[in-house]
Amino acid sequence: MIRLIYAFVLTLFLILIPLFGVGILGLTRFFSIVIPYSAFLIFLAGSILRVLSWVSSPQPFKIPLTAGQQRSLQWIKSSYIESPYNKIGIFMRMLLEILFFRSLLKNEKTNPHVSKWLLFTSNKRFWLMSILFHYSLLIIVFRHLKLFFEPIPSIVNLLSRIDALFEISIPTILLTEIIVLVCIAYLLLRRIVVSQVRYISLTSDYFVLFLLLSVVLTGILLRHLFRVDIMDVKRFALGLFLFNPYIPHFVGSCFYVHLFLVSFLFAYFPFSKLVHAGGVFLSPTRNLENNSRTIRYLNPWNYPVKTRTYDEWEDEFREMMKEANIPVEKEDRKI
Amino acid sequence: MKKEIPPQMNLSPKDENWMEKKAEFKKGTYCYGAPLKHQNYLGLPNPREWQPHSEDWNLPENWKDIILQGMKDLLEKYRSFKLFMDICVRCGACTDKCHFFVGTGDPKNMPVLRAELLRSVYRRYFTLPGKIFKKFAGARELTEEVLKEWFYYFYQCTECRRCSLYCPYGIDTCEITMMGRELLNLVGCNIQWIVEPASNSFRTGNHLGVPPSAFKETLDFARDEIEELTGIKIDIPINRKGAEILFVAPSADYFASPHWYTLLGYLMVFHEIGLDYTWSTFASEGGNFGLFHSYELMKRLNAKIYEEAKRLKVKWILGGECGHMWRVIHQYMDTINGPADFLEEPVSPITGTRFLNAKSTKMVHIAEFTADLIYHGKLVLDKKRNDKWVITFHDSCNTARSMGILEEPRFILRNVCNNFYEMPENTIREKTFCCGSGAGLGADENLEARLKGGFPRAYAVNYVKQKFGVNMVACMCAIDKASLPVLLDYWVGGVEVCGVHELVGNALVMKGEKERVKNLRGEPILEAEKNEEDLR
Repeated sequence: MIRLIYAFVLTLFLILIPLFGVGILGLTRFFSIVIPYSAFLIFLAGSILRVLSWVSSPQPFKIPLTAGQQRSLQWIKSSYIESPYNKIGIFMRMLLEILFFRSLLKNEKTNPHVSKWLLFTSNKRFWLMSILFHYSLLIIVFRHLKLFFEPIPSIVNLLSRIDALFEISIPTILLTEIIVLVCIAYLLLRRIVVSQVRYISLTSDYFVLFLLLSVVLTGILLRHLFRVDIMDVKRFALGLFLFNPYIPHFVGSCFYVHLFLVSFLFAYFPFSKLVHAGGVFLSPTRNLENNSRTIRYLNPWNYPVKTRTYDEWEDEFREMMKEANIPVEKEDRKI
Repeated sequence: MKKEIPPQMNLSPKDENWMEKKAEFKKGTYCYGAPLKHQNYLGLPNPREWQPHSEDWNLPENWKDIILQGMKDLLEKYRSFKLFMDICVRCGACTDKCHFFVGTGDPKNMPVLRAELLRSVYRRYFTLPGKIFKKFAGARELTEEVLKEWFYYFYQCTECRRCSLYCPYGIDTCEITMMGRELLNLVGCNIQWIVEPASNSFRTGNHLGVPPSAFKETLDFARDEIEELTGIKIDIPINRKGAEILFVAPSADYFASPHWYTLLGYLMVFHEIGLDYTWSTFASEGGNFGLFHSYELMKRLNAKIYEEAKRLKVKWILGGECGHMWRVIHQYMDTINGPADFLEEPVSPITGTRFLNAKSTKMVHIAEFTADLIYHGKLVLDKKRNDKWVITFHDSCNTARSMGILEEPRFILRNVCNNFYEMPENTIREKTFCCGSGAGLGADENLEARLKGGFPRAYAVNYVKQKFGVNMVACMCAIDKASLPVLLDYWVGGVEVCGVHELVGNALVMKGEKERVKNLRGEPILEAEKNEEDLR
C-alpha cells in the first residue's frame, strides 16, 4: 500500500509544478515551449536508443512458443498461426497478438476448490478492459491530431464524429472519455483489490495509472468545465508543429497542467514499462517460426567449446569394449 | 501414503514487501549442491564443496563483480533477456499459471515475480531510473541474500514455459531461469542433480554413467526378455558402421522403470519393420542436462550426437521419447552443433515418406516415425491387448510448447488402444501442466517441492480417474516416466505410467510370434476380461 501512496504523492507533486510555475512565477514561455519540445526530444531520442539497444543484442536461438500442432506429416493438420512455420504465419500471429491481445484472450483463472481440487474459469473481463483501454487511448491521441493539422484530415473528423455518437450535453460527452476513465479505474482497482496483483505491483505501476488518470481528467476538465479558446490552442499546437512557437493567451492553468503531464508522460515513456508498446514486436517467443529443424538458424556468437571427442572416449573404454565384443575404431592399442 | 484431500491451497498472498523477504531453505524444498569431483571434471568456474542450507556459501571474493559482469554479457548476447527485463508491465496474467505457485502458494513462484528477482537487480545496475531513484524505481541492491533467493527460486522452476503462453508479450520465464542459472554457475552455485549427470554424460556418454559393456548387457537382456514374451529372437545392432539410421534415446530408457517397457516397444517395432539402424555406446544419451545449466554445457554434451552420426556414416538420426532432449534437438542442436551437411534428408525406408520438417537437422522424433508407419498400414496392431488399461495422455512441457508435437502421439494411441480419454482441456496440449520435476529438479531431497509442483497435473489425472476410470497415464518423456509414478501414488493412487511405445509394443502383432499371454510388463494380458467375468 505504501507504494500506492508514493505514486499518488508523486503525481500530486507533478501537478503542482505547472500550477506553481505558471500561476505564481508566470513562466508561460518555459511551460508552453521549452517543456513540450524537450519532452518530445527525450521521447524521440530515448525511444530510438531503447529500440537500438534491443536490436543490438542478437537473438541467438529460435525459441518460438508453440501453442499448436507443428508442421510435420502431411496428413496431420498443423496449426498455421499457433505454430507458424513461415513468415505469413508469423505475420498473422503477430497481427492477432498486437491488434487483439490474443494471449490475454486465452487467460483463465486457476481457483483452488475443496472437492474438485482445482477449477479453471475463463477470465475475459481483463482482456476486454485492456483492449478498450488501449484503443480508447489510441483514439484520443488520434483525435488530438485536429489541433496539429489545418485543414483537419477527414479521417480524424470521422473518428471524432463516431466518438461523439451519443449526443449528451454540450459539448458532447465523448465515448472514449467515459471508457478510458472506467478502464483506468478498473486497472487501478484491480491492482489494489486482487491480492496477487497487489503483491507484484511496484510504485511505478501505480504511478503510470495515476499519471494517465490525471492527463485524462485534466483533458476532460478542459473540455467541459474550464473551457479554453480552442482556436488559441490550435494556434499554439500548430506553432509547435511548424517550429514557429506561439504562447497561448486565452487558456487557464488547467491547460498548463494538462500540457505538463502529457509532456512528462512522453519524456517518461522510454524509461518506463510503457516501452512494452514497442517491445512486443520483438518478442522472440512470438515472432519466430517453428521451423528450426527445417531451416538452420544461425547464432552470431556460437563459439567453439571443449567437447569430449570419440577418440578420447574410446581410449578410456576400448579394452572394456573389446571384451564385450563391441566394435571399436582402433583395434590395436600400442602399449 | 494416499491423500484424499488436496492441501489447503492459498493463492492469495498476504501483504508484505517481497524485496525484503529472505528465501527460507526448508528441508525438502531445495536441491543439494554439486559435488566437487564433478564440478572439477567439467571444469566449472569457482568449484568448491558447498551446500545451500549452510550460512556461509564460500562465495568467491569478487562474486558481485562476477555476477554483474555476467549479467552484462548475457544482456549483450540474448535479445530475449534484454527485452524481457524491460517490457513486463506486471499485468498479472501469468500469476496463477505456474504449477509451483498453485502447489506451494509461495508468491515468489508467480512467474512475474520470479523474473522480478532478476529484474530488480537489472534496474539497479543497468537502468537510469534505477540508478538514481533506487527502491522507488523498483530497484534492489545485489546482496548475498538476493543471490540465495535466486538460487532457491531458479531451482524451483522447471522451465516448462506454461506462463509464457499466457503472457501478452510472450515473456518466457524459461529464458529468465536459464539466465539466472548461467549467473549462479559463474559463482560456483550448481546443484548435484544436474552437474553429476552432466559430468557422467561427458565421461561415459550418458547421464547414468553406464559404461559401454553394461550398455550392451542391458540391451542383451532386453533381447532375451522380448524372446521370452514373443518367442522371437531379435537383433540389436550396436556401433554398426554404415547403418542407415542412428537411434538415440534417453539413457533412462535402458536403465529405469517404467522406461524399460518403452525400450522393448522400440526394439520390437524396429525388428518388425526390418529397420537398418544402430545404437551407439558413445552417443548413448539423447537427454542433455546441460540445457538446465548453461549454453556451454548444453553444447558440450550435445556435440556427440552429430560426431557419432558422422563416424558411423549413417544417413539420418532417429530420436526416442524424451522431453528436454527434444527441446535441445528441435530448437538448439542445428544452431549450436550444425550444420549436419554430412547426413541426408530423412526418408522413412519403410513408407518412403520424406520428413521435410527435419530436413536440416536430420533428426526425426520416434512418434513422427511410428505415426507414419501406422498411417501407411505397416504395423499390424491388436488394440485389445491394451484393454486392461483406461489410458490418458500427458503432454510433456518441452515437446508440447517448444515443438508442437501434439497429434502424432494421440494418433498412435488411438491406434493401439481402445480406451483413451483426454484430461480437462485446460491441462493438456499447449496448456499442459508440468510433472513438477523437470529442468533438473527430479532429485530426492526436494521431494516436497516436487509433489507440490506436480499437484495440478495430479489433479487432472484424478479428474479423469474419477470420471472415466483412467488407470494409465501415457507420456513421451523420461523425466515424466520417473516422476509421475511417485506423484500419482501420493495424490491419486491406482494409476500407472507408461511410454507411448510400450503400448505400441503390446499391440504389435509380430510375424511368427507365439501366442502373447503377457504384456511387456510380464502381467497377464487378459486380466481385465477375467475380472469382468469374476464380477458377473
